[in-house]
Amino acid sequence: MVLQAIAFYLLAATTVVAGLAVISARNPVHSVLFLITCFFSAAGLFVLLGAEFLAMILVVVYVGAVAVLFLFVVMMLDVDFTALRQGFARYLPLGTLVAGILTIEMVVVAVDVARGGAAATATGPARQVGSVTNSEAIGRVLYTDYVYYFQAAGMVLLVAMIGAIVLTLKHRVGIKRQDIAAQVARTPETGMRIVTIRPGEGIDE
Amino acid sequence: MTVGLAHYLTVAAILFTIGVFGIFVNRKNVIVILMSIELILLAVNINLVAFSVFLHDVIGQIFALFVLTVAAAEAAVGLAILVTFFRNRGDIAVDDASMMKG
Repeated sequence: MVLQAIAFYLLAATTVVAGLAVISARNPVHSVLFLITCFFSAAGLFVLLGAEFLAMILVVVYVGAVAVLFLFVVMMLDVDFTALRQGFARYLPLGTLVAGILTIEMVVVAVDVARGGAAATATGPARQVGSVTNSEAIGRVLYTDYVYYFQAAGMVLLVAMIGAIVLTLKHRVGIKRQDIAAQVARTPETGMRIVTIRPGEGIDE
Repeated sequence: MTVGLAHYLTVAAILFTIGVFGIFVNRKNVIVILMSIELILLAVNINLVAFSVFLHDVIGQIFALFVLTVAAAEAAVGLAILVTFFRNRGDIAVDDASMMKG
């Protein structure tokens, strides 16, 4: 139990510190790397809770796809990032005030809910019951009761994929492309020319 | 020393606030704004998973999965818009993006 508490505080502190570093790092590449750290420790928190499947999905999807996508875009864009930091100090006092109030309110509500809300009867995290693992439990619900939502999630990803391709596809002129219609429409008449060459004259072309 | 639901909710609340704070102070840098949105969605996921585990109901984790899907889609489309914007303007300062302001 003590070991669990140590792991929780370590992972929670890493998550929060990395989250703060994401928004305050001068270099956006460092921001992305801190974002990866944040996701990793959040995945650790999920493992600690017993949600192994979501922890692994978090690592695969966020660290493997989203964060690397961010890294690609940050490195691809040639932008002066110091100019983009103007206004950081200007909004800092008001932002700190709003963030402080928001944190206090949310923590008060969260502690209150945990003590006296619907979750008050909860004695502790659900441990694995019998032979049903976490991913099996998710699969049993996801592919039966929530199958339409699952399909809708796939649709969301499809639309996002097509949208990203359409947005970033650039039609360049002056590039040789394959024209299948022209290739199919080729006949011996258009594709070949018979020239009779007289001796000693060559072809005038 | 026992770690309860309130602990996880507190971490999620702090992470959520960091995300809001990041949007507030980095108003020009749209990349950091997108990362802040990811932080906010991660905080929501922590909340969903914590409640799901402590209430012994797996449906919270299903919803966390859907939030994850939407977050991935949002990041892809947002970064695609960013790349297009950069190609058109040669800059990513979002407070200059007032072309549609009438």
